[in-house]
Amino acid sequence: MSLRVLVCVKRVPAPGAEIVLTDDRKRLDTEFLGFTTSPHEECAVEEAVRIKESSGGTVTVLTLGPEEAEEQLRYAVSVGADQAVLIVNQGDDLDPQATSSAVAAAIRSLEEAEGPFNLILFGNESADSGGYQVGVRVAFALGRPMVNGIKGIEVEQGSITARRATDAGFEVYRLPMPAVLGVKEGINLPRYPTLTGRLASKKVVIERRELTPERGGLELVELSRPVQQKVDTVMLGRGADAAPRVVDTLVELGVL
Amino acid sequence: MSVLVLVDHDRGTVTVETYEALNLARSVIAEGEPLEAALIGTGLRGLAADLGGRGVSKVHLVDDPILDDYGPEAWGEALAQLVVSSGPAVVIAPGTDRGNEVMAQMAARAELPLAVNVVAYDRAAGNLTRLRWGGSLLENAVLNSPLPFLTVAPHALDPVEPGSGESEAIEFSPLLDAGLARTKVVDRVTLSAGATLATAPVVVSGGRGVGGSEGFAVLEELASLLGGVVGCSRVVTNNGWRPHADQVGQTGTRVAPTLYMACGISGAIQHWVGCMAAKNIMAINIDPEAPMVSKADYAVIGDLHEVLPAVVAEIKRRQG
Ligand SMILES: Cc1cc2nc3c(=O)[nH]c(=O)nc-3n(C[C@H](O)[C@H](O)[C@H](O)COP(=O)(O)OP(=O)(O)OC[C@H]3O[C@@H](n4cnc5c(N)ncnc54)[C@H](O)[C@@H]3O)c2cc1C
Ligand SMILES: Nc1ncnc2c1ncn2[C@@H]1O[C@H](COP(=O)(O)O)[C@@H](O)[C@H]1O
Repeated sequence: MSLRVLVCVKRVPAPGAEIVLTDDRKRLDTEFLGFTTSPHEECAVEEAVRIKESSGGTVTVLTLGPEEAEEQLRYAVSVGADQAVLIVNQGDDLDPQATSSAVAAAIRSLEEAEGPFNLILFGNESADSGGYQVGVRVAFALGRPMVNGIKGIEVEQGSITARRATDAGFEVYRLPMPAVLGVKEGINLPRYPTLTGRLASKKVVIERRELTPERGGLELVELSRPVQQKVDTVMLGRGADAAPRVVDTLVELGVL
Repeated sequence: MSVLVLVDHDRGTVTVETYEALNLARSVIAEGEPLEAALIGTGLRGLAADLGGRGVSKVHLVDDPILDDYGPEAWGEALAQLVVSSGPAVVIAPGTDRGNEVMAQMAARAELPLAVNVVAYDRAAGNLTRLRWGGSLLENAVLNSPLPFLTVAPHALDPVEPGSGESEAIEFSPLLDAGLARTKVVDRVTLSAGATLATAPVVVSGGRGVGGSEGFAVLEELASLLGGVVGCSRVVTNNGWRPHADQVGQTGTRVAPTLYMACGISGAIQHWVGCMAAKNIMAINIDPEAPMVSKADYAVIGDLHEVLPAVVAEIKRRQG
């Protein structure tokens, strides 16, 4: 069994303790921020690479984003992806409908050229916009089965068994391939890049796709930070000497 | 016209988030406009009375043999057909795994936008506020759609309480291709439910400052003295010190205990959104400038490997 697996990833900023907005309040001020891949999608890449390692095949990563999103594609190659595709969007972020149709179009053209993907992985939700829908919309456009929120994948001949966590345990789904899944962080522990991986990521030729922008129906007006009430922190002391006051506090709070 | 709410349930057990979604629905309903509910599955007529008591005037019993258990595609297709036939003005679902997934399936079929994790909706203006970044940011957006689809952020609104109203239950039989069963739940595994992160009264949480998996022993000991559980930051799970099930935050679990003890955790926004619902937060950190310290109700400045053993010893001393 040799599988063609595609993973869709998104480049997002990695804010620290506070989120700082631009003056027009339409986006994060990223001047002092690094960027990363949404955590669920990092796990999706790792899962794809593990599937390749056990079943054979190839892993392709795809993103829609600015030129700089090359960084996230190359990172995916450094941890085991083989091929990388960038749909270039130098304009504003697209809404979920517009993102989905661009991603679906790119997948169709990749499949026409190189054959169908047996499995397409998404994140459960993107870290920044959290729309919970791009994967579902792409799967529907392609006519493929899709289940989101997946924390366990087993590939068999022609089908996939997937587990989704619930409050009580987990649910099991069995999908025919080609299939689409949305993955959650915790499904695996992503590896770090190896030296050979790093070399491969420098050499890989990133395939570019032009974007024909469409408009979706969800239009961002502005972002804001939720109001946080200010607290006056009660200082209980320094080091081990603080223990009696800590225990007094535990008693006061009724937890001891 | 009506406002239609999707009921999120697992084989007849309705989620509290459904009642929270009813709250948002009731706040946007026009004078005299009916509030309706979509109840997908078999043998669910008995739930209609409870929904009636919570202000629903009509319950659509959406039934078909393949709807006897959850499946995102069959549920999404069934809801899409109900919406075409009953013609609501707005469709609202709880922002749960299932609510978001079924609404996305329907929105894909209808080729219409969907706004998830909404906390406020101004129907006249078509304007809404929704959560981004796992709740650390709010987005004000315009939903340009002839038929608005929204899901409601969990626990942003109070649930509608049961009452004495009545509802009419009517059956709706969608035409479903048997192939849609391909994404149905085929099995379930129940895991023993001990004290869980989401429900424990105390969470003793460790971050990078713990230094390694062995370092968690003292957190375990304190947690058990307090009848609580251990949590952790993403740095900890990424290092393989603890399983992901212990992770608190945007991509982990959201907790709301009586006390959250953040030991050696800096307080990054993605961690904070997971613990900010705690009634009390105590930070233990060597750095008095750490964001977690300034956001916490109580703080100890110092090395957690000195502070925590002293706290454990003091508890044992007092307990004799
Ligand atoms: C999209 C996205 C999602 C994310 N989701 C999550 C999430 O769900 N959960 C999460 O936790 N993070 C999440 N993160 C990561 C987050 O941004 C931070 O990197 C992470 O929370 C930092 O973990 P930390 O506080 O343990 O480590 P650090 O930030 O390194 O902080 C360590 C702290 O320990 C203190 N310390 C060190 N030694 C000691 C000692 N001996 N005694 C006492 N204090 C000590 C230091 O002063 C410091 O304050 C996410 C990031 C992104 C981009
Ligand atoms: N710009 C993008 N490029 C590639 N994949 C994306 C993009 N946006 C979203 N996705 C994928 O779709 C998933 C769900 O996104 P969302 O609907 O925004 O929550 C993400 O976890 C990604 O896997």
